[in-house]
Parts: sequence; structure tokens; C-alpha cells
Amino acid sequence: MKNIFSNMKTHNLIFLAACVLVLLISRSVFATLAFAFLFGAPLFFMSELPAYASTGERIWQYTYLTLCTFIFVFLITPILVIVPLSFNVEPYFTFTDGMLSLDPDAFSTRWYKDIFYNGMAAPNATEGWWADMWNNAQWIRATRNSFFIALCSTFLATTLGTLAALGLSQPNMPYRNLITSLLISPMIVPLVIMATGMFFFYSDVGLAKTYLGVILAHTTLGVPFVIITVTATLTGFDRSLIRASQGMGANGWATFRKVIMPLILPGMISGALFAFITSLDEVVAVLFLADVEQRTIPRQMFSGIREQISPTILAVATILVMISIGLLTVVELLRRRSERLRGLAPA
Amino acid sequence: MSEVSAQQNPNAILSDDGVPLKQKLARTTRTLKWRAFLLTLPLVLFLFISFVLPIGQMLLRSVHNPSASNVLPQFAEIIQDWDEQGLPDEAVFAAFVDDMQTAKKNREIGKTIGNLATRMNYEMPGTRSLFTSTGRKVNKIKAGPYKEALLKTNKKWDNPVIWRTLKRVSRDYTPAFYLAALDRKYDDDGNIVRADELYQIYVSNFGKTLGMSVVITFFCFILAFPVAYLLSTLPMRTSNLLMILVLLPFWTSLLVRTTAWIAILQTEGIINDILVYLGVVADDGRIQMIYNQTGTIISMVHILLPFMILPLYSVMKTISPSYMRAARSMGGTPFNAFRRIYFPQTLPGIAAGTLLVFILSIGFYITPALVGGEDGILISNLIAYHIQKSLNWSLGAALGAILLVVILVLYWLYNKLVGIEKLSFG
Repeated sequence: MKNIFSNMKTHNLIFLAACVLVLLISRSVFATLAFAFLFGAPLFFMSELPAYASTGERIWQYTYLTLCTFIFVFLITPILVIVPLSFNVEPYFTFTDGMLSLDPDAFSTRWYKDIFYNGMAAPNATEGWWADMWNNAQWIRATRNSFFIALCSTFLATTLGTLAALGLSQPNMPYRNLITSLLISPMIVPLVIMATGMFFFYSDVGLAKTYLGVILAHTTLGVPFVIITVTATLTGFDRSLIRASQGMGANGWATFRKVIMPLILPGMISGALFAFITSLDEVVAVLFLADVEQRTIPRQMFSGIREQISPTILAVATILVMISIGLLTVVELLRRRSERLRGLAPA
Repeated sequence: MSEVSAQQNPNAILSDDGVPLKQKLARTTRTLKWRAFLLTLPLVLFLFISFVLPIGQMLLRSVHNPSASNVLPQFAEIIQDWDEQGLPDEAVFAAFVDDMQTAKKNREIGKTIGNLATRMNYEMPGTRSLFTSTGRKVNKIKAGPYKEALLKTNKKWDNPVIWRTLKRVSRDYTPAFYLAALDRKYDDDGNIVRADELYQIYVSNFGKTLGMSVVITFFCFILAFPVAYLLSTLPMRTSNLLMILVLLPFWTSLLVRTTAWIAILQTEGIINDILVYLGVVADDGRIQMIYNQTGTIISMVHILLPFMILPLYSVMKTISPSYMRAARSMGGTPFNAFRRIYFPQTLPGIAAGTLLVFILSIGFYITPALVGGEDGILISNLIAYHIQKSLNWSLGAALGAILLVVILVLYWLYNKLVGIEKLSFG
């Protein structure tokens, strides 16, 4: 850290001067902050170049880091931008002047309340409000459907997928490549083709427009993720551990429960989380297979975006982003734990 | 029995229960093979029923369309013997009128005159009204000669082309929907020709889908390469932190990201607001960036970018920095060292990322449907249109089959070049 600062002193001075200049010209705090971030972040990440590095190389490294900053901004802005917009008091998708000057009156939680109120028989009644909300509010209904379908399909996908991954990682597995390709293919085949096929087939057997039909479709979609994550934890799995446990008299089930299971558990959980979020985010199969009865959150958002675009969608989106952040954190922690357990990464 | 085998070959090495070791090993290996296979069996069966079978059935639908022979069972059989000269003879007309009368009387779902009219109309646009109007009058025909009676209900039945088309349509298996999916059709004499200019939409849409996928893959690559390089060279602590910026979009709902792009790109959106504020464009000259191809490309690049960054990153992480140092110390310029030493080592990651992004973008449906407007839609959207709106299921299935073949070829290529076991997240 100290090194960077001593290295960058002159650059920092130039940078500060540039910021002041921008502030004077634009007379806007926002513009200056944006400028300071976009052109200051690269300076922060610039590593100490060797003393013989030419000015050209320094300029190139700075340019390169600026480029990377812009790409990161491109990646993250769309996700950050919806959070303040969801607190807009106006029914628009844009920042109002009031929001930009941080006027408290320009912000409200009305769209979050709308998540509950939309579809309720008597949103202002005190008696029976909870029952009304639970049964009638459209978004609550969609949430219940989404979670029910996601939990069921995650359970199925994780069970079937883990079993299959255990088989695939055995050294004696016949036709390994062919079977793996088949099991991964639901991720590759376009959703529309899959959903179309299921629509005809499930209509014939009476599964269309039922919860079971949607659950089976989502299980199919979740399976590849479980296979990939569980197989990943099984690569580099020390098979002599199995022999050691058998040598000490454990039977097959005890070996699985006490030796294999703890080692693949992180993979199973992250696979399950992937399957869960896939189901929670899936809309094509729902569009083809589900009825109004089985409407899920993404289905509700899809029609919301197409028909009556209101910031309620942004409020729901913000909540979904929070859920994603939570799941991402869990998966990252699990991945690190699994790597530590298997001795792949330093603790 | 073990004793017998031991006697047969006295030199064989025996295991402790007297069975030759080779035989015993083979038996154990076979058991292990079966055990491994049985573990995958439940999932294989599940996917076969819920995934392979439905898709197979859909593919069958693209060549098998019995809607004509369902309505006209007797006619469908005897018209096949007709030599296509002039008009068919009286027996064919009699069968036709009889079948039409039966269909009208029964009104079974999927076997109505309306179904027949729709099917005919696909191959000979403009004939729908002929069938529906004949359907209304057909009960007036009480007795033969049926040919004359039918011609009296509508003079258009005098046209041999209609009967030749009916003969073709009466066959249950037909390549007609693949022809339609490739902008071809049968002309009046039964030859395959290009469809009229107005109907040539599918080949160009396939072309557009491939072209847009190439553009999206290219932009993803251009944006992913520097970022992946940065992440792989930074110290672990910093790169883990920056990785969150890549993984968070990856974990965020597709619909959320599409919604966000609508908020950013629309004419009253954030980018246009900034441009107006900066005075780059006038308030009445706001740029249309969404509900067209541009909108589809921008949002799809954003959505698919993590799928390019992650494989590139995992390959770059394994490239030792000492190669570059060695190249530099031997007098290579930074650019040359990068081009000849570093870049070739990233090729496996490039192959994995580009193929994955290309495969995913060809089949994309949701984002083009929401932000694509009219000219930003891809082939998936046309398939969904035929399945859900126009209800020309066989054409939708034929388009889907062509798309599926393209995807499977690319998937096979991915398997050959990269290996399916290399697929991983984060």
C-alpha cells in the first residue's frame, strides 16, 4: 500500500486537479463523483511497475485498467440502478429531479406496499388483512407458487443428480462421455424447444397446466447444475479414503454417510442452490406449461413488463437481487470450504 | 466348478477361493461397472421420459401431420391412385363428399372441416374459404353424380391444382413443413420452388439469429478477455472481491437484468437522460436504443458475459507468469510476448467461452421477446409464435428441429474441443 502511494504521488495530484476541474465545469456533485470513480479506480488497482517500466507502459497499464473499470461498471450498473428506482414516488422508470437532489419526498415505499396490495380484496381493512393478503395478493400468490415449485424441483434434481454424479465419477463407468453429454444437455438445448416438446407430451398425458408438470420441467433444467457441481467436488476425491473406511470395517452405507457425504456436501448444496435459483428464475417452461393457477414470480414479471409496466416490478426485482446476493454468498463460502477440505487451496 | 476351471489351466494364478484371478477380476470389474451405471440409471430414465421423449415426439410432429386424412379418411386412401391428369373421377368425388358430410356431422375436435381448411391453406394460401363454404353447403348434396354437384356448390373445384394439392396433403408424412421452414414450397405442378418474396422470412431469420449470435459472442469476447486477464493476475484477495462483480450478475434473475436494461436504454431512460443533460442530443432527438436489434444485443451481451469470463478466467489462472517474463527477457516486445506466448495458451478458454456463449445465444427467447421489438427477435421467438399464436405446430416443430440440429452440432464440437467435464461455474 505504502509503495503504491509513493509511486503514485504525482499521478494522484494530477487526478485531484482533474476532479476539481470537472467540479468547476459541471457544477454537479454527481458528475464529479462519477468521474472520480471511473478514473480513480484504475489508479487504485495499478500495481507497482518495475523501475525500468517506460512511460508508455505506465500509460498502457492505466488505459487497460480504465477499460476494465468500464467493463465492471457495465456488468454491475444494471443491477444497482434498479434499487433506487424502486423507491421512486412517481410511476416511472426514470430518475426524477427530486431523486437526484435527494429530496426525501421523491422517495417512497409505495411500490413495495403494492406487492402486497395488488389483487387484495380490501387492502385497508384491519380485520382479516393477513388472510386476504395470503390468499388474494397476486405477487404473494406467485411467490408461494415459485417457492413451492422451486423447492420440490430442487429436491428431485439434487437427489437424482447426486446419485448420477456418484455413478459418473466411478472409474469403471461405461459410456461416461455419452451419458454425461445427455445429462448436461438440458442446459444446452434451447428452452423453447424443450418447452414445446413438453407442452405437447404433457398435454397428452394430462400433466400440462398442473404443478407436477412444471415441477418435472424445472427438475430437468436443474439437473445439469447439480451434476456439474457435485462432479467438480468429486474430481480429486481421494478414492483410498473409501478403501480405508472399508478396511476398517464400515459397510457401503456407513462409508457413504461418514466419508463420501461430508466431502461432497458442499457440492450438493451449491448444486441445489443453482437448481433452486434456476427454477426461481425460469419463465419459458412456465409460459408453455402453466395455467393462471401456477403463475410464478418470473411469469408475473414477464406479463408485467409486456403489459402494464409499473415500478412494482422494480421493487420485486430489488428483492430478487437481495435473494441472489444471499445465495451467492452461501455458494462462495461453500466453495472455499470445499477447496479447503480437499486441500486444493491454502486455508 | 472352481476346481474344474483350475484343473483346465494349471498355470493360472488363483485367488483365495480357487477362481482364476483373471476371471475374478473381470467379474468384479463387471459388478463395479453395473453399480456405476445403476447409480445413473434413475436420472437417465427420468430425463428420457421428461426430456428426450417429448423432444422426439415434437420432432415427429414436423414430418407427421394427419389433419387431412383425419377429416377425409376414405378420400385420402383412393386419391393416391389418381394419375393427376385433369380432374379425379366420380368415385373420388363421392368419397370426398361423403367424408365432408361425416366430418360435418361428427364435429370431433381436431377432425373438423376447419382443421382441413387450415392445413390446405398452409400449402395453397387462399383456399380456406373454399373449404369452409363447401362445408356449409355440402349437406345439400343428396345424390350423385357427386362431381357435378360439388362443382355446382363452387366453381373453384374445377381447378385440378386443388386436387393435386389435396392428394399431397392427404399423405400423413410430408416434408412440406421443412420446405416452408426453408422458404420453399410446391408449385402448381408439384415441383419445389422458392416461396413468394413476401413469405421468405425463415431463412433470413435463421441468418439473422446466427449473425446476431456472432456479434454477441464477439462483443462478449472483447469485454471478457481484459477482465479475465485482470482477475487472473491480481492477488487472490483483490480478485475474489472483483469476482463478486462478475458472479452477482450471473446469479441475478434474467428478468431482473432485462428490466434493468429497459430502464437504462428506453427513450426516457437513464442513458438518454444523461445524453440530454450533457447536450449531446436534443430533448426531442432521443436515441431509440431498445425494442430493436441494438437493445437485444446490448442486454444479451450483458447477460452472457459471465459465461465468457468464467471459462477464460479458469484457463488464465493456470498460465504461469514466468512464461511472459521469459519472453520479455529474451527480447520480446510486450506485444510480441503477449501475441506469441500468452495468447496461444488461452485458446482452450477462448474455445470454451465462445462456443458456450454462441450456443446459449442462438436459442435465446426471453430477452429478445421483451426488448427485441420487431427486428430484434430471434428464431426461438418465431417458434414460440407458431406454437402459441398461429398454432401451425408442424411448422414450429420443423423450425425447432433445424435449430436443434445446429445446437447439437455445436454441442458435439464443444465436447470435442473442450470436453464436457470442463464445464464449471465460479
